[in-house]
Amino acid sequence: MKKDKYFYMQLLFTLAVCSFLIVPVVMSAVAGVTNNYFVGIKSGFTLRWVEQVWMLYSDTIWLTMKIALATTMINVIVGVPCAYVMASSKSRWVSVFDELLTLPIAIPGMAISLGIISVYGGFSDFRSSWFFILIGHVIFTLPFMVKSVLAVLQSFNFKVLEEGAASLGASFWRRFFDVIIPNCKAGIVAGMLMTLTLSIGEFNLTWMLHTPLTKTLPVGLADSYASMRFEVSSAYTLIFLCLILPLLVLAQMLNNKKVQNN
Amino acid sequence: MTDKTNSVEITLKNITKTFSDGTLALKPTDLTIKAEEILVLLGPSGCGKTTTLRLIAGLEFADSNGGSINFGDKNVTELPIEKRKVGMVFQSYALFPNMNVSENIVYGLKVRGIDTAVIDHKLAEMLKMFDLEKYAKRGVHQLSGGQRQRVALARAIITEPDVLLLDEPLSALDALLKARLRGDIRTLLKSLGITAVYVTHDQEEAMAMGDRIAVLDHGEIAQIGSAKEIYLQPKNAFVADFIGQMNRFEGNVIDAQLVLNTGKKIPLSSEALASSNANETLSMMLRPEDIRLTKVTDEQHALTGIVSSSVFLGDRTRVTLEKVQKEGKVIVDCFQRIEYPSGQIVALSFESKHLIPLQG
Repeated sequence: MKKDKYFYMQLLFTLAVCSFLIVPVVMSAVAGVTNNYFVGIKSGFTLRWVEQVWMLYSDTIWLTMKIALATTMINVIVGVPCAYVMASSKSRWVSVFDELLTLPIAIPGMAISLGIISVYGGFSDFRSSWFFILIGHVIFTLPFMVKSVLAVLQSFNFKVLEEGAASLGASFWRRFFDVIIPNCKAGIVAGMLMTLTLSIGEFNLTWMLHTPLTKTLPVGLADSYASMRFEVSSAYTLIFLCLILPLLVLAQMLNNKKVQNN
Repeated sequence: MTDKTNSVEITLKNITKTFSDGTLALKPTDLTIKAEEILVLLGPSGCGKTTTLRLIAGLEFADSNGGSINFGDKNVTELPIEKRKVGMVFQSYALFPNMNVSENIVYGLKVRGIDTAVIDHKLAEMLKMFDLEKYAKRGVHQLSGGQRQRVALARAIITEPDVLLLDEPLSALDALLKARLRGDIRTLLKSLGITAVYVTHDQEEAMAMGDRIAVLDHGEIAQIGSAKEIYLQPKNAFVADFIGQMNRFEGNVIDAQLVLNTGKKIPLSSEALASSNANETLSMMLRPEDIRLTKVTDEQHALTGIVSSSVFLGDRTRVTLEKVQKEGKVIVDCFQRIEYPSGQIVALSFESKHLIPLQG
């Protein structure tokens, strides 16, 4: 089929929009490995800034990973049973609960963190520990986990599978672990990736909840942009991208696979 | 596995079921299913047949009004399905998509913590018995409907349950496969000697499968008996209409004859007369295959009708007649290869013993 001028106009427009979004990312990544960004690429490439970031901020990276993994674990332990109960229940309270669960996505992170601080901030040991940030992350990411598992549960008749397992003598927990969990795997994995990604990149809540000793990567990044050389903060961004991009690609791949299976 | 199991008798005493929205799904019901018997629960959707099956299975619990369900001497009324030792085949088969054919079949044994060697032995037996050896390692989504059905059956009987419950197990299959499988299932159930309850809405399937058939209507058993009893001596209009085609004639009894509202007369047998009074309105039923047609030229004959349509069905021709009665049509199955063009006047004849008086 011969492509008309509208096709090329659309292509051009799409490319323009993409480059508008991608160019700053590329510039930032390049800046992170450039000797002197204000001189330009001709000043040469170096890993000096990356090393410096690692020396200064590696603890924020480890803390970020720790919080992201802990958030994911809690989401699996809480979110999967929660989705199961919501899918099984015929009560009209389920939709009320659903609304409540989704609320943290709509409410500004600032407001949630203020709420958490005003209620739990008085417990100083708790306030200064990384668990304080963990609470915020769980509140913010749990709806994504629950929704992801719920969508899978609603896509097949899990009740009849459970009845099938029960007719063969399986107790409730046996049914849950042998039949429900394995058949929700796609939703659980998608929810886990989503949680990891969101937790690693979370800034709003974390910025309010952190202490100087519990800085996560995005908070450190903001800090470095405010107080460091531009190259250092760009190198920091580069590390952040290296962490988050594989997760996003993986999530997309799983999503495509799910669509194909359906 | 093919040895006869210790099958049990199932007894339902005064069992009722009310759903949470207040609908009475099953009116007080007493039912005894003999050991080794195949009982078919038959009825239209919403008649309570699946509810009855689910009550026997332990997937639903009866209202607490003192009613009881017994398997042999054991009262199972309060027991959930996993403690009842039943095998169940679901309409959608309920095969586990996360397990392959073999894993599905042995799941019941694994749950019970049976020794691996025993499991392997029984699995081999089942795969052979159901001709599934080639598919042992396949995912269930790679199987055809008939194969899934066999896996579901194998999975249900490998645990040697006391009772086998089948909830419309053939309804997802095409007609040809259905006809073949129902024969196979009956042979299998009989060789196992297991007490079985089979739910269907298909009367032909019910007649082919069941030792006895319970016809359900609006949450109660309308009639229970052998296929022959139900077909030839339906207790009421519902059973008669649900099992096969039925013609109904209504009129007054005058001079030992049933006089229809068109003035046409049907001679009555002495038994039919004995159960009715003169001048009383009476309804009689007659099966389409019991009527014979003769072409005539005028309508003066005692019992005539006009052909309104005729459909060739292979083994028979189904002829629809009108003007026998003022309302309604009469359906006749003709087994001779005679053409009955529309508009043809025909005379109806039949043996008066084939007339079934309608009660209730």
